[in-house]
Amino acid sequence: MDFAVFWIAAGVAGAAAINLIFQSKPINSVLSLVVVLFALAVLYLQLSAEFIAALQIIIYAGAIMVLFLFVVMLLNLNQDQFGSNRKPGLRSFGVLIGGTLIIEISLIARAFVSSSPTDGQVVAAEFGSVAQVGRLLFGEYLLPFELTSILLLIAVAGALVLAGKREEAQPPEERS
Amino acid sequence: MNAVLYWTSTIAKSAYILVFPLTLAFFLAWAERKQSAVMQDRIGANRAKFLGRPFLGLVHMVCDAVKMFVKEDFVPDSGHRVLHTLAPFLAMFFALITFAVIPFGYQLTIAGETIGLQVADLNVGILFIFAMASLGVYGMVLAGWSSNNNYALLGGIRASAQMISYEICIGMTIIGAILALGTLSMQDLVIRQGYHYFGWLPRWGVLLQPLGFLLFFIAGIAETKRVPFDMPEGESEIIGFNLEYSSMKFAMFLFTDFIETVLIAAVTVTLFFGGWQIPWLFESGFVWPWGGGWEIHPNVVNILRMAAFAAKVTFFCWLMMAIRWTLPRFRYDQLMDLGWKWLLPLSLANIVVTALVVLLVN
Repeated sequence: MDFAVFWIAAGVAGAAAINLIFQSKPINSVLSLVVVLFALAVLYLQLSAEFIAALQIIIYAGAIMVLFLFVVMLLNLNQDQFGSNRKPGLRSFGVLIGGTLIIEISLIARAFVSSSPTDGQVVAAEFGSVAQVGRLLFGEYLLPFELTSILLLIAVAGALVLAGKREEAQPPEERS
Repeated sequence: MNAVLYWTSTIAKSAYILVFPLTLAFFLAWAERKQSAVMQDRIGANRAKFLGRPFLGLVHMVCDAVKMFVKEDFVPDSGHRVLHTLAPFLAMFFALITFAVIPFGYQLTIAGETIGLQVADLNVGILFIFAMASLGVYGMVLAGWSSNNNYALLGGIRASAQMISYEICIGMTIIGAILALGTLSMQDLVIRQGYHYFGWLPRWGVLLQPLGFLLFFIAGIAETKRVPFDMPEGESEIIGFNLEYSSMKFAMFLFTDFIETVLIAAVTVTLFFGGWQIPWLFESGFVWPWGGGWEIHPNVVNILRMAAFAAKVTFFCWLMMAIRWTLPRFRYDQLMDLGWKWLLPLSLANIVVTALVVLLVN
């Protein structure tokens, strides 16, 4: 059962990721990415990280991807706008980045395979629960957590400044 | 637990929790007409007849369904055919899947085995509901976009802006309830509401979170996209995301609203009105606060509790219907003002106060 769920979720994630790259319409790519994130959430669930799985869907699939969708829809991006003004060096640069990433992932995977738990070894019952994630977040990893919060706060302040600019741009006689 | 019992009980539970909101939604579509007629002093739907009788207007519902099925299913030529078809299914799917974590009862004992009356007992159940509700936006956004109609697109964006705004408020009020009851599992949330203050006052969430309940209920009604927040779907006056939809796909969007009404009612009951809990009813029967009691078989107790949950959900559906036919519609800027300038700050204050009280009490 676990085996089947893993391969179905992994297969869907892989297929959707490939589809993401090869689709010519941006909106199809965005929706493929949603499917990828959804399949990853299933894999998190299988690793008994239920809290992370829920957050994955709420934040990535539910919030960030809706934003992506908005951008694609409002700018009405089309195939022709996408393909024509591509910079010449971009393709080789992409290959370079992608190749580096593949090497990195395979190195990490090799390190994990050699140190992975043997069959039958199970994680603690509390693993991945909200309580445990909370304790780690507000204990051991408090500094990175607070730094991330400040980063988000800066982003909110930046958004407010950008949104507030419109008023300044108005001609003075209309203000009254 | 043996495999046969496990699978039959799982299938039975899934069927129950699927049929329950669908049936209720069907009757809500009927109540929409009949209750409005009563409230506006009209006679109401009484023309369609079966064997010469209108059956309280229920025949109309059957006729409506037939009408919806046989109408032309129109897809705009320049639209995105696949997404146009997918959108109503997405909207309905994410509304229905949410019921998987709603506890509609406590447990039943069959052949010595205990069966929890909930399809999926996730330890992050309430977050699952929130996650699925946040995905419901896709149905509307895609419906607006795939129609390749600027008005539908605007309607879709307007509708999703409304839903995202009020989802934030829902998330914040849920945090208050989680803090007060100290768990994220839906079943545990209900179990922890089973105690009584002074031996007689049931410790339901609404006592711990009165403001939280009010905010959640208001934001919940906005989430169902119905009056007074029905800008997305005032289909006869305002052009919305479902502009280019007809036939059964259009009906699916309408029906999704009713399912969401049932969903918001069910979550409200679970978080704030004790779920399946009945005051003074314990596992062995009633214990009256003035002394004495009434012993009942545990299985009968739990069937009573299932009935109590259904009755509470039906009550809140009725309440939302009554609100729907009482209030006028908000203007769009008023809607955004209410969401961002009133509900959100109040729910944030609610979290701070609740957290302080929890900290002081513990």
